[in-house]
Amino acid sequence: MSLKRILAVVVARNREFYRDKAGLGWNIFMPVVMVLGFAFIFSGPETDLFKVGVIGGTVDDERPAFLDTRHIRFVPQQDEAEAIEKVRYHRIDLLLDLREPKRYWVNESSPNGYVVERLLLQAHSEPPVGLKREPVSGRPVRYVDWVLPGVLALNVMFSSLWGVGWVIVRYRKNGVLRRLRATPLSAGEFLVAQIISRLLVVTGVTVLVFAGTNALLDFPMRGSYAALALVFLAGAISLISLGLAVSARVRSEELADGLLNLMSWPMMILSGVWFSLEGTNIWAQRVAELLPLTHMVDAARRIMLDGAGLAEVGFEIGILLILGLVLLTLSSRAFRWQ
Amino acid sequence: MPALIEVDNLIKEYPGVRAVDGISFCVEEGACFGLLGPNGAGKTTTLEILEGITDADGGRIRYRGTARDDSYREIIGIQFQNTALQDFQTVREALHLFASLYPRHRPFGELIELCNLGELLDRDTRKLSGGQRQRLLLAIALVNDPDLVFLDEPTTGLDPQSRRNFWALIEGIRREGKTILLTTHYMEEASVLCDEIAIIDRGRIVEQGAPEDLLSQHFPRALVRIPLHVLPETGGLPSGFEARGEHAIAATDDIEAILADLHRRELALDDLHISTPTLDDLFLKLTGHGLRES
Repeated sequence: MSLKRILAVVVARNREFYRDKAGLGWNIFMPVVMVLGFAFIFSGPETDLFKVGVIGGTVDDERPAFLDTRHIRFVPQQDEAEAIEKVRYHRIDLLLDLREPKRYWVNESSPNGYVVERLLLQAHSEPPVGLKREPVSGRPVRYVDWVLPGVLALNVMFSSLWGVGWVIVRYRKNGVLRRLRATPLSAGEFLVAQIISRLLVVTGVTVLVFAGTNALLDFPMRGSYAALALVFLAGAISLISLGLAVSARVRSEELADGLLNLMSWPMMILSGVWFSLEGTNIWAQRVAELLPLTHMVDAARRIMLDGAGLAEVGFEIGILLILGLVLLTLSSRAFRWQ
Repeated sequence: MPALIEVDNLIKEYPGVRAVDGISFCVEEGACFGLLGPNGAGKTTTLEILEGITDADGGRIRYRGTARDDSYREIIGIQFQNTALQDFQTVREALHLFASLYPRHRPFGELIELCNLGELLDRDTRKLSGGQRQRLLLAIALVNDPDLVFLDEPTTGLDPQSRRNFWALIEGIRREGKTILLTTHYMEEASVLCDEIAIIDRGRIVEQGAPEDLLSQHFPRALVRIPLHVLPETGGLPSGFEARGEHAIAATDDIEAILADLHRRELALDDLHISTPTLDDLFLKLTGHGLRES
């Protein structure tokens, strides 16, 4: 291994990255735009979980307690027949008629209707005997706060997979690898240079995106920065190695693109970036356990939201590093210049 | 002169085709050796085996009398037929990148002058013309000051003027005493640059030697051609001529005698054509097909 040769390839690859203005913009602004989009979409003071149609009932002193239930949007309805149709087609979860005689319609096949009905009936009865209400308190967590660690990790994933996998296949196809092979540069030196170069890029971009979104959204960061940096670094190493494994022999950019998509889509959906997998299909959860992104998102979220320290995410960092090492060994064995 | 590189019975097979089928030759130090043949003849595969880029299925290669080792890569220089450079770099940066991959490199000033790159140093490598690009790739091939230089169809796709300019650069390298191994399908290129050529067809060497020796072995010195219509209808063809299509052609070593005979017959010689055989003619004669067809 010659440090001089590795460094020369790292410099050339980084130059290629930062001089590609279009690609650079995409790499930095895309995640920021994504986070801001989520913040905007979910920025209402409260999120309505149910919709209830209401007919009549304009007199305030007769207002039933149910209408004060939070997280339900009450939508005034003019035409009774039309409103009943809306119940039938799940467009509203329940229809409440406040005219005399007071009554309500509910779709018996609608799970939402069932829940809202229970809420309605509960609102009109006394609290159940023998159960004491215990409020859960804590620092409020917005959805955007919850989703942000995932978006940062997702960005690391895309940058690592494509920035290495796709680029190497392109180099192989257009002859850059062949030209480099004719020099004393070894395959190991070349691969190490690609990893270093991409780690630098991922680190730089993640810091920028973190700072940028934090300035705009002021999200919580309760744990240690060092732990978060290590989680992202370990995650990047495992994902870069995955990218190297994909590109070890592939010659066609189309095939590489397909394979990288095949890797990234399950991770995007199953790694808990957008929603928690709590209570979903057990197989989906098992598969998720195998994906590096799952561990990255999980650890990052615990650090940022729950204030976890290095010791508490050691398991995830370990898994990511082991996965990275295994994939790296495999891909350096499988690597072909042409 | 001792042989710098010896190639003995090289074989390379791809599924369904024997691309290199028992090729042997020697190249002396300081010589320019050309592999000639149409596309698909096996030139590039042979060159890649010699470069160490492709492994042979059989045969032996010796460099300065011994098998090649890891240091071989440091003393050869290669200009590939199709090479892309990394995007977003200038000519200067490309030279620096390749220079830092070798333990030692030739001074940039010399390289730049040798390959005439002075005005192009700050240009993006993607914005070079065909000839400028080949000059940069040649400079990269020479960056480690190699003893042995491989040029794989270095002027294919260049316009005639750029091609001639490139030949001048190669002459310059030759004068430095470097050994050159090149492939080409331009016969003119081979006769201008090479001391010795091997004509390759379907993975085999069909003829080998100095270009002028090969021509004199296979052809008389000149071909004299006159249109049939200038000849009188009776009296047959002048001696030494035979009819081929619309023309009468004589292959001869004694142009004077032929011309004297034609003159004696008082024929109109306005359309007379004298040519010397070229390597193209030789290739056609040896293989039965033209160079540009595969």
